Parts: sequence; C-alpha cells; structure tokens
Amino acid sequence: MSEKENWTTIITPKNSFFRLNLKELWQYRDLITSFVKRDITSTYKQTILGPLWFFIQPIFTTIMFLIVFGNIAKIPTDGVPQVLFYMNGIILWNYFSKCLVSTSNTFVANSAIFKKVYFSRLTIPLSNVISALVQFVIQLALFIIILIAYKIHEADFKLSFAVFAVPLFVLQMAVLGLGIGLIITSLTTKYRDLTHLIGFAVQLWMYATPIVYPLSMVPEKWRSLYVLNPVVPILESFKHAFFSTGMPSLTEYGISIAMTIFLLFAGIFVFNFVEKNFVDTV
Amino acid sequence: MSDTVIKVENISKFYQLGLINHGTLAKDLQGWWAKIRGKEDPNSRVSLLSSAKNNSDNDFIYALKDVSFDVKQGEVLGIIGANGAGKSTLLKILSRVTSPTSGCIKIKGRIGSLLEVGTGFHPELTGRENIYLNGAILGMRKHEIDKKLDEIIDFSGVEKFIDTPVKRYSSGMYVRLAFAVAAHLDPEILVVDEVLAVGDADFQKKCLGKMDDVSKKEGRTVLFVSHNMAAVRQLCTRGILLRNGELVFNGDVNDCINGYAQTSITNLISHAFITPDMHASGFSNEITIEEATLLNDPAEMSTDEPIEIELVLKNHFSKATQCRYSVNIFDETDMRIIGYVSEEIPIPQNKETFKVRCQLENHSLTKRRYKMSLNVGYKDFGTNVKNFDVVKGGVLTFEIKYLNKKSKSEYVCWNRNWGAVIHQGCNINVEVL
Repeated sequence: MSEKENWTTIITPKNSFFRLNLKELWQYRDLITSFVKRDITSTYKQTILGPLWFFIQPIFTTIMFLIVFGNIAKIPTDGVPQVLFYMNGIILWNYFSKCLVSTSNTFVANSAIFKKVYFSRLTIPLSNVISALVQFVIQLALFIIILIAYKIHEADFKLSFAVFAVPLFVLQMAVLGLGIGLIITSLTTKYRDLTHLIGFAVQLWMYATPIVYPLSMVPEKWRSLYVLNPVVPILESFKHAFFSTGMPSLTEYGISIAMTIFLLFAGIFVFNFVEKNFVDTV
Repeated sequence: MSDTVIKVENISKFYQLGLINHGTLAKDLQGWWAKIRGKEDPNSRVSLLSSAKNNSDNDFIYALKDVSFDVKQGEVLGIIGANGAGKSTLLKILSRVTSPTSGCIKIKGRIGSLLEVGTGFHPELTGRENIYLNGAILGMRKHEIDKKLDEIIDFSGVEKFIDTPVKRYSSGMYVRLAFAVAAHLDPEILVVDEVLAVGDADFQKKCLGKMDDVSKKEGRTVLFVSHNMAAVRQLCTRGILLRNGELVFNGDVNDCINGYAQTSITNLISHAFITPDMHASGFSNEITIEEATLLNDPAEMSTDEPIEIELVLKNHFSKATQCRYSVNIFDETDMRIIGYVSEEIPIPQNKETFKVRCQLENHSLTKRRYKMSLNVGYKDFGTNVKNFDVVKGGVLTFEIKYLNKKSKSEYVCWNRNWGAVIHQGCNINVEVL
C-alpha cells in the first residue's frame, strides 16, 4: 500500500470545501507571468499612442471632474488642489474597479480556454490584478510628477508618514477587488445577470466613495454608515498619505480590513466550489 | 500492479438535461425558500434527488456510468465508441476540465493533451510569445520552454515568421506552430483526441509519428480517442469500448474494434414493410418497393449459400414495360461490398402490386454482419441513373456464420483484416504428407 503515496493527482467529485491549493498555484507561477505579459503587450498593440493610453485616461477623467464637479458644481476639495485631489482618487479607484471587473469576468471571458485545458484557475484573476497593478504604478508615477510640480509652486499641503504605507493600501484594494470579483464570477456561472450588473454597479459605487467630494462633506450622522463602505477608509488613507487630510479612525479602518479579509476568503471559497464543474453550467 | 499510471475507479457523470437552473435568481431563491420551509420547489418539474438516482428519468442523462479501468506505464490505450458514448466526457474528466459526479481517478504524472491544439493563442502576440504563453497554459515551466524553443520553432517550420503576430499567420502555420508546442510538452501521459480529423495528410502523419515515438521510444502512456479505426488498430495495444456511457469492453484492440463495429447492426431484420422514410428521395417512384423479405434464416447463413429475397412492388401506372432490380450489400461501416444488378425483365401488366424473387449467387461473403439496400429502375447507363425507387441501406440485415451450408462448419477464427469476401474459386487444398 506504500504506492498509494505516489499518485500525483487524485480526481474526486468535489474539492474539499476550503482548499486553496497554493502549491499548485505556485507551480503555475510562470503562467501568471505569461498572462501578465500578454495583457500588457496586447492591450495597446496596433495603437498609435501605445502605452500613452495609460496616461490619457486618468488625465482626461481628471479634467472632466475638474470641469463638472470643481467648476460647475463647485464641490470643495478640503484645501487640496483640485487636480491632485481628483487624480489621487481616480487612479486608486481605477485600480480597484479594474481588479473587480476583470476578476468578475474570469469564468465567462475565459470559458473557451477553461473548457479545453486545466490549469490552476486562480492564475487568471491573479494575473489580472497584477497587470492592472502595472497600469496603476505608471499612473501613480504620473500623479507623483504632477504632485512635485505643484509642490514647487504652492506648498499648502504636506506628505504624511502614511506615504510609506501606500503599498499596503494598494494591496488591500487589490485584495478587496479580487475577493468581490471572485464571488461575482462564481455566481455568473449560473446567473448571467451579474455580468450586466457589474459594469454600472461599479460606476454607481464610485459616487458612494469620496472621489469627487471630500469625506468631510458627508453629514456626520451618516458618516458611520458611510464608512462601512470598505473602500472609503482605503481611499481616505491614500489621500492622507499625500495631503495629510487626516486618517480614518482605527475602528473604521479595522472594519474595512475585516471586511476585506472576509470577502477574500468567501471569494476563494465559492470560487473553489464552482471551478470544478462550472464547465457544465456556463 | 506497481506500474499502473492511471487508475479509474467507478467514474460516473450525469448531466441534467434542459435548463441548468430556472434561469433567474428570483426563481432560484423561490425554490430555495420553498425548500427551507420543507415544501416542494414550485419551479421544478421533478424531484431532483429521486431522478438523480434513477436513470430512467428523462431529465438526467448519464454521460458515464460506473466506468473503471487501469492504464499501465507505456501502454497505448484506444478509447472508442459511437458519438455520445462518453469518450469526450471521460477525457474531460481525466484532463480535469470537469469533475466526475462520483468515483475517483488516480493519476501518476503530468497529463498533456493534444486535443486542443492552439488553446490560448493570442492573435496579437508574436509566434515566439505565443509559444511561451501556450506552453505555460499546458503546464510547462519557463526554463523548459527555453530549452526547447529552438526545437519547437524548427518543428513548426515557421521560423521566418516567428516574430510576427500570429493573427497574420495562415491557418496552416497557426496549427503547425500550435502542434509543435503541444508535441514538445513531454507529459508522462499524453491524451490525443481526434487530432487526425484536422490538418492535411502530412500533418496527420506527423501526429501519428509523434505518438508512435512518444509511446514506443520514450515509453510514455498514450490515451487515444478516434473514430479512425485503422489508426487505432495501428497504434494501440489495448482498447476500451464505451457504449452509452458504460464500459462494455476492455482488452485487445482488435476485439475491441470488432465489438464496436458490431454495434451498428444490432439486430437482424429478415422482413420489412418499407416506410416512407426508408425511400431515398429524388426518384420518380413510378414503381415502389413496398415490402422486402429475406427468405434465408438471417442468423444462420453461410458463404456458399445464395441469398434469396422476395420483394413486393407497387406499380403506380408506370409506362415502363420492363425494369431491372438491384441489391447492394454493405458492411457495418457502410462500405459497399457487392452490388448485384439484374437484367431488365418485363413488368407484369395490369397488376397494381406484384412480387419478385431475387437470388443472389456466389456472394462469397465472409463471417460478418451485413445490410442491404434495394432498388428498382431501368437503363442504368453510366451516370444516367434511372431509378424508380431506392430503398436505403439497413432495410434487411443478416449475418454470415458458416463457411459451408451443408456441414455448417463455422469460421473458427476469421480476422476482419482478412477482408469481407472470400473468392469461391480459390480453394486451398491441404494434405498431410
């Protein structure tokens, strides 16, 4: 019976309920790199502006916000220069929404390939999150350049120590987007309604976060409810890092972290549950 | 056995027919709420649990039913069966694309498949980039691909275009490149599914050659699924036969193929009324065949015995005064073995229905099952086919069992490879000296 140990793969009807199978994911690390490379190189192939598109999108959104919310609606920005205020929110929100939307399309968008070969399914959402990160970093660099330009001219804001924690904020955004995305993609295998929902839900969600307006504009009695939105403390901290606008309270941030972790595990749980047989239902 | 590399134990898979769910979340929630209250789901037509256990229920279909077999190291196993027998489902489960409903499979080593050549190729990427991407999808590590890159490019024969996006490739180049990657995957277990259906003759040869190399030279295990019996016979050492999701045969590949071929003529028909769907369309139908009877015992026929058929025909006021009758004999694979054509003979006049008897002599058919098609017509010169009526193959079926009618000496062993017809004049006289 010693040979029993020699089986490299055992196929059974169901995955154990919570088995991350990190070892297998690790074996496919080259695949993740390949997917990331594919995503980045293929996105702007055969375009004139190429990687410049990475910049164009946040710049134009910022200009839009500047006109609509800054100059027409005249929403204050807590003393932060409007350009920086909007761009700060936009790039991190973009990263989050990209993680969320691409992850939530995992099964539907890749069903053709999933139907044909087996590889660790988690490689797809992970590579999405990573390739979105590349875009984010490039946009962050743009933001920092503009920040420095402003700093030279007018210095009425200052960096805070939280700037060192920026990678952590970004990580949390990625994890949050991934967790929610995993849940949604698992459900889309049965209910396609969600693919239609997710596109505009993300847009609506943006208005429930302090991107076009500061957190201080939210009425005090609603604030405790408002910060239950797990994205809010992250965006606020990210803003604080560059403009010292004030960190959210520890409780507020704690709730956000707890929700992030919960959603990640719930996401992996349902994803694991669905991935084995989704081919038959999708 | 210590060298078993795949152990399939009681694998079953059933699919639900029709809609997978009620389609909308609302109805699912309604069903779920009903279940919680202990009531029957208002949207379900059958109770799910009872039908899952009971195969006769129409809402579930078993794609695989309690299939078990082992595959040993270095074996080339052919998996054959009609469409819908469960071959693809079995491969899907083996390659982990989907999971079984019950049962368990144990595998030693990496499974690579040639079934989905080019999966994951991205049109915008160059050939080289796609080699890496496709290799990674198939489970290769980067350093493995690095080592084999030159070999892969060489094998594909597209080195001139290797840095061109594959969307500019011709479909032939595309397939060659994809196949080159898959062929250099070097898995311990190789799964090949119908690759021979695509590609030109050269490509097919290349596939077969590669499979032969893999199994014979490198001692790796191959699972081969195909409808091409010649290829299966040539490559495989052992075969399993699936029928309606059940494993019906597991053993020598020749026996397995015989078992498969036999399935297409399942019962012997010695008498038939010709229904409208049995007539081939496009003929004048001035005279139609209404009824056909095989006068021999369809299960006890012999090679030296004439086949006798009686036909009932109906004359729909045809102007023709004479006609000819013909009988074609096909084997199980629908290959035409013999065609009999009679002289033109007078049609009995002033009779709406009439009977004819045909005697087919010297058919020389060997031990096998056959089916017949019948037709009636006139002046069949070259392409100018003038048939009144053609009755499609399979209307009558029979089995040749004996070599000699009188002695009823059976064919002790007649390998199908030896052919379907034995020439009556060619007698071999053996004498012990």
